[in-house]
Amino acid sequence: MNIIVCLKQVPGTTEVKIDPTSNTLVRQGIKSVVNPLDSYALEEGVRLKEHYGGKVIAITMGPPQATEILRDAISTGADDTILLSDIAFAGSDTLATSTTLAKAIEKINKYDLVICGRQTLDGDTGQVGPELAEMLGLPFIAYVSKIETIADGKIKVQRMVEDGYETIEAALPAVITVVKEINVPRLPSLRGLTRAKSAQIPTWTAQEIGTEKGTVGQAGSATWVVKVFYPQRVQTAEMLKGDPEAQVETLIEKLKEAKII
Amino acid sequence: MGISVDKEKCTGCGNCVSTCLFGLIDIVDEKARIKEAGCTLCGACRDACAFEAIRIEKEIAEVLVGDEHRGVWVFTEQRNGEIKNVSYELLSKGRELADTLKTELCAVCLGYNIKDIGQLTAYGADKIYLVDDPSFANQSEDPYVTELVRLIKQHKPEIVLAGATPFGRSFFPRVAAILKTGLTADCTGLDIDTEKRLLRQTRPTFGGNVMATIICPAKRPQMSTVRPRVFKKNQPDPARKSQLIKVDFNKESISSKTRLLNFVADLTEKVKLEDADIIVAGGRGLGKPENFQLIRDLASALGAAVGSSRPPVDEGWIPYSHQVGQTGKTVCPKLYIAVGISGAVQHLAGMQTADCIIAINDDPNAPIFQVANYGIVGDLFKVVPLLTEKLKTV
Ligand SMILES: Cc1cc2nc3c(=O)[nH]c(=O)nc-3n(C[C@H](O)[C@H](O)[C@H](O)COP(=O)(O)OP(=O)(O)OC[C@H]3O[C@@H](n4cnc5c(N)ncnc54)[C@H](O)[C@@H]3O)c2cc1C
Ligand SMILES: Nc1ncnc2c1ncn2[C@@H]1O[C@H](COP(=O)(O)O)[C@@H](O)[C@H]1O
Repeated sequence: MNIIVCLKQVPGTTEVKIDPTSNTLVRQGIKSVVNPLDSYALEEGVRLKEHYGGKVIAITMGPPQATEILRDAISTGADDTILLSDIAFAGSDTLATSTTLAKAIEKINKYDLVICGRQTLDGDTGQVGPELAEMLGLPFIAYVSKIETIADGKIKVQRMVEDGYETIEAALPAVITVVKEINVPRLPSLRGLTRAKSAQIPTWTAQEIGTEKGTVGQAGSATWVVKVFYPQRVQTAEMLKGDPEAQVETLIEKLKEAKII
Repeated sequence: MGISVDKEKCTGCGNCVSTCLFGLIDIVDEKARIKEAGCTLCGACRDACAFEAIRIEKEIAEVLVGDEHRGVWVFTEQRNGEIKNVSYELLSKGRELADTLKTELCAVCLGYNIKDIGQLTAYGADKIYLVDDPSFANQSEDPYVTELVRLIKQHKPEIVLAGATPFGRSFFPRVAAILKTGLTADCTGLDIDTEKRLLRQTRPTFGGNVMATIICPAKRPQMSTVRPRVFKKNQPDPARKSQLIKVDFNKESISSKTRLLNFVADLTEKVKLEDADIIVAGGRGLGKPENFQLIRDLASALGAAVGSSRPPVDEGWIPYSHQVGQTGKTVCPKLYIAVGISGAVQHLAGMQTADCIIAINDDPNAPIFQVANYGIVGDLFKVVPLLTEKLKTV
């Protein structure tokens, strides 16, 4: 079993904060981390490898610094890693991102399963997984919460839907996205950390994966961000005065006035 | 293509540095330097520069010439034949968009034994494309993807909307990928740039900290998923007329790459939070699981549903199905009472469109008071039982 896991580097959660007075972004340092939901994807890949044999290949598209998260991936069980990095990939939307990832995955060629996180913390679209599946022309299952079996070239999973869960089967190779209920990601092992330190991380460029001009990066993106702004908030609540007794009285009056009760 | 800094104009003030969401800007030799790899060309730095020193040039790989795409489409989602509320919300918004564009509004309805088709007209559809077939009896996505792609290719709408429900967010990206067009996820605002006939799509990113407005200039259709409960339903008009088109549906063209073996309904979720008129929600301020009883008591006095912020869910005080917010449910009740909830953006993202919000919190500076209509600064352990008692006598 060869399993490809797609990871994305995102700004650490605690770092993106809005300063309420100046209403601008406050960043402390530029530490980036692996998208939290993607660590569940990686963990699931590693568990499948431990159970069925084979290897886990972690890939990411991003700037050169994104090698950091690939090293982290090695320390928690990835065998191989690939960084997709090229100035031509800058400004990618989900369409361009999934096109790029698909090209790289086609180049890897021998694989049985592609695992993505459900969605990222920054882009927050959850679109790359399903779009990637379509680019590769493969079966797709979203929101997987349990992999039941892999046998006879088929995968059987449980996935969460709005009002319960479904058991679904698909032929391999397939693309799935996972939710955090699927597992508990492990901590790095000592052996992994040592391996991560000295590992060579190959970088593939646009030319190496053979993307066509105008299909990747900003030029390959159908959507453009035209404006970025911070939601404006000022205190609007009418504060109810007095002791709790009085506050509650006034509140009930207000609710009656508004015909809510 | 790309982003550049005009060294003549740049004063090295550093205003742009903190605006970059990805930390790609630093000041070198008193001039801004932008690392292009990783840049999404979002324009936040350009807008922050008082000296107009940052330039972004975008390249259109393909130009729209003599574009023939017309019409606004709403994909109407149903489950077991019941059309979802979000579909009516989208038709209401879609009506407004179609009127602005002076074009028609169509509902695309794929399902089996679908009830209340007439409602689609009442909420604004001029035309309904209907496929009623056992192939669409469950939510296996493949038939939906294939059929919607075929209809879009045949009729060429300029805008297609779907609900940002779990189903919509999983199947709609596949449609966009096949059509090689843009898709904006989880929108909370839609309007039209009438001059260019473009859909302006606004959505939260970075966990609701930042809003982005997105367009799809050179590909058609323009596609968005829209959060349930952000647009209000119009008053349905039973007198409206529409054209019902029973689509000549070709069973052969439908095949599925996945097979649904089993479905188990989650019976723990008795409250339909999304449909509740009144919600009483508790947060970390409750301190321990037993105290959630205060919330339940208040809720039952009001005939309300029970909601929660994330910490009580993470702590296991209450099941996930009660979580409101960015990673939980989006709700829009008539009344939302937030008890011991600070009002983090991720929570606000799920409830700030409620008609009336009441916040009970002992910290007068809690951000929840920025979205509340009425605020009570006080100890919830005193205020809530009092309120419950008083309500029982009303
Ligand atoms: C990617 C991401 C997604 C997230 N998604 C969600 C989501 O979907 N929903 C969500 O809710 N959160 C979400 N969060 C978490 C969110 O950032 C906040 O941590 C969370 O909303 C805080 O919950 P809280 O208000 O209950 O707790 P706190 O922020 O700890 O607030 C507790 C409040 O209770 C008040 N209080 C304490 N004691 C009393 C008392 N005796 N009487 C009155 N008031 C009292 C305090 O003053 C305080 O304001 C998400 C976070 C991330 C990073
Ligand atoms: N640049 C990227 N490189 C590798 N994987 C990615 C990238 N962007 C998104 N993904 C994968 O797609 C999933 C969904 O991302 P998104 O559509 O951005 O919410 C993530 O959880 C990742 O598994």
